[in-house]
Amino acid sequence: MKAFTVVSSKIAPLDRPNVDTDAIIPKQYLKSIRRTGFGPFLFDDWRYLDAGDLEIDPATRRVNPDFVLNQPAHKGAQILIARNNFGCGSSREHAVWALDDYGFRAVIAPSFADIFFSNCFKNGVLPVVLKAEEVQAIFDGIAKNADAQFTIDLPAQQVRLPCGKAFSFEIDAGRKHNLVNGLDEIGLTLQQADAIRAYEARRRGEAPWLFQA
Amino acid sequence: MTAASPRTLYDKIWDAHVVKDLGGGSALIYIDRHLVHEVTSPQAFDGLRLNHRQPWRLGANLAVADHNVPTTPDRVQGIKDPISRAQVDALDANCAEYGITEFRMNDLRQGIVHVIGPEQGATLPGMTVVCGDSHTSTHGAFGALAFGIGTSEVEHALATQTLVLKKAKTMLIRVSGHVGPGVTAKDITLAIIGRIGTAGGTGHVIEYAGEVIEDLSMEGRMTLCNMAIEGGARAGLVAVDDKTIAYVKGRLYAPKPEHWDAAVADWKTLKSDPGARFDRVVEIDAASIEPQVSWGTSPEMVLPVGACVPDPAREADPVKRNGMEKALAYMGLAAGTPIDAIAIDKVFIGSCTNSRIEDMRAAAAVVKGRKKAANVKLAMVVPGSGLVKQQAEAEGLDRIFVEAGFEWREPGCSMCLAMNADRLEPGERCASTSNRNFEGRQGAGGRTHLVSPAMAAAAGIAGHFVDVRTLS
Ligand code: SF4
Repeated sequence: MKAFTVVSSKIAPLDRPNVDTDAIIPKQYLKSIRRTGFGPFLFDDWRYLDAGDLEIDPATRRVNPDFVLNQPAHKGAQILIARNNFGCGSSREHAVWALDDYGFRAVIAPSFADIFFSNCFKNGVLPVVLKAEEVQAIFDGIAKNADAQFTIDLPAQQVRLPCGKAFSFEIDAGRKHNLVNGLDEIGLTLQQADAIRAYEARRRGEAPWLFQA
Repeated sequence: MTAASPRTLYDKIWDAHVVKDLGGGSALIYIDRHLVHEVTSPQAFDGLRLNHRQPWRLGANLAVADHNVPTTPDRVQGIKDPISRAQVDALDANCAEYGITEFRMNDLRQGIVHVIGPEQGATLPGMTVVCGDSHTSTHGAFGALAFGIGTSEVEHALATQTLVLKKAKTMLIRVSGHVGPGVTAKDITLAIIGRIGTAGGTGHVIEYAGEVIEDLSMEGRMTLCNMAIEGGARAGLVAVDDKTIAYVKGRLYAPKPEHWDAAVADWKTLKSDPGARFDRVVEIDAASIEPQVSWGTSPEMVLPVGACVPDPAREADPVKRNGMEKALAYMGLAAGTPIDAIAIDKVFIGSCTNSRIEDMRAAAAVVKGRKKAANVKLAMVVPGSGLVKQQAEAEGLDRIFVEAGFEWREPGCSMCLAMNADRLEPGERCASTSNRNFEGRQGAGGRTHLVSPAMAAAAGIAGHFVDVRTLS
């Protein structure tokens, strides 16, 4: 997995609560059996005026000039900010793959849906929970200057604003460690293979019906 | 915590599955059952291959294709859409390669993953059950800790039979008293979401309790737990009782006769101890719950059928007001419109929320001897599995639907998320028994109103929403 330490970038503002995973990546793209290439379809229904599909070249589609990510001022942002309950809905990891493929390294919101939140950590994307008023302050800052540079410092657990102010955020120590070091979780778990086997042996005695094929 | 201190049902299942405490509230948790479907698994199997890993315990996995499969009878000839077909083929090939049991598309046992798990007895009380699908919460109806995971976790579960999890907070939702006639599990679950909001359960596992929950059938409890995720909770739970045990008995994956008594003795302990502490408790009076209809683009935007579409201008919170305005614009609704004056174009009865035999019966009871309204272009009934379909046909329900002008389909997810050919056209309005009314969920530009099977059937007959209790 890609490591995440410090990212400095402008922030793209998506001023909506409850941004659901159907909005982040609509279902027609879930038919892909690959893990990459979802970036051009991120926020598809909002981003384009015409309907898209896996077989349609996104370059041939009509772009919605009103959608925030299409505005030149917000191009190239590696950080997205939105309102509460970001990523609600389905478990599709394609939502994180699409954000990552588009170029977002982090998403800031006052709250996230649980499955989306956990999916982020498996893909080197950092979900940052800030207080609603801190999120508001960042929205206000972007409205004044879309080019303002913000810094997310994961080791320090801080979002630093261009004015010098810093907002702290919480993160689980284990997740932080894996993200900062770009560690593969399956490999780590397999180091516990003996513990898993010992658990199974004990459990098989206690509840054999759980091990019927 | 001492062994004697009272524990919640969640605590009990969690404790029984800790392989290793990882500190900071995290643990390596053993997974008893892993359900696999075609949309969220191909990249996980690729991951296994890339890293030369094998599934840890084959017998823990059960696979089925449901999201992409056509629901028309011609599917015996194969899937026409090449991209859908490629995804289903990939599941077939992956299961064959690794030796995972799969119910293939034209197997009688095929169906929506959350319908077939319980139907086959693959979901048992006290288990940890995972699937790369958020509505895995459904299986919590059996007193199993069941939750949806992303594809990386699908790969992790396949490769290690465990997941690294952080212990959730607990929330007790107690629905006391009794609901009136015409009020179903779907109305209860929608009313709960209307009350706690779509983020209300975030970070929590919800345990549902109270007389109303005890009164519900297993089908009803599945409907209830199915939408725990729409309330923000990754899992819902209902304590085990005699109904749970009776439902499991005799099913394919149920404990063998020699283990049955021990299993039942174990399952009877699967309830929260008196005095167990929950992080949050919500009390709901059942008598206050009426048939529900969602009006917006989030499941929390829901009201009793007798209400009117709300006015954003009266919402004080600017973020909420903005969300309401966007929802009304998308839904093509004006504030103040009585909900029972909203005309519909399509009806969808199905999905992992409401496609079990009881749902089929409830809808058939409403349409029996009546005809679909002329303004309703399509009313489709999609049973949750081949076995549900067979049972319904044995009871003559298919004929009731067809005579009323409703279509009777093959099992699958269908218009719940419109990955196959079943979908809404832009601007079309649907009375749907599914679980999500997000923008575009049932087709780009489509407008979804979430309701119970009886309410969907009644809307199909009337041509607009109608209080099912007023039909004679
Ligand atoms: S029926 Fe709908 S919600 Fe349920 S698993 Fe299928 S797509 Fe998901």
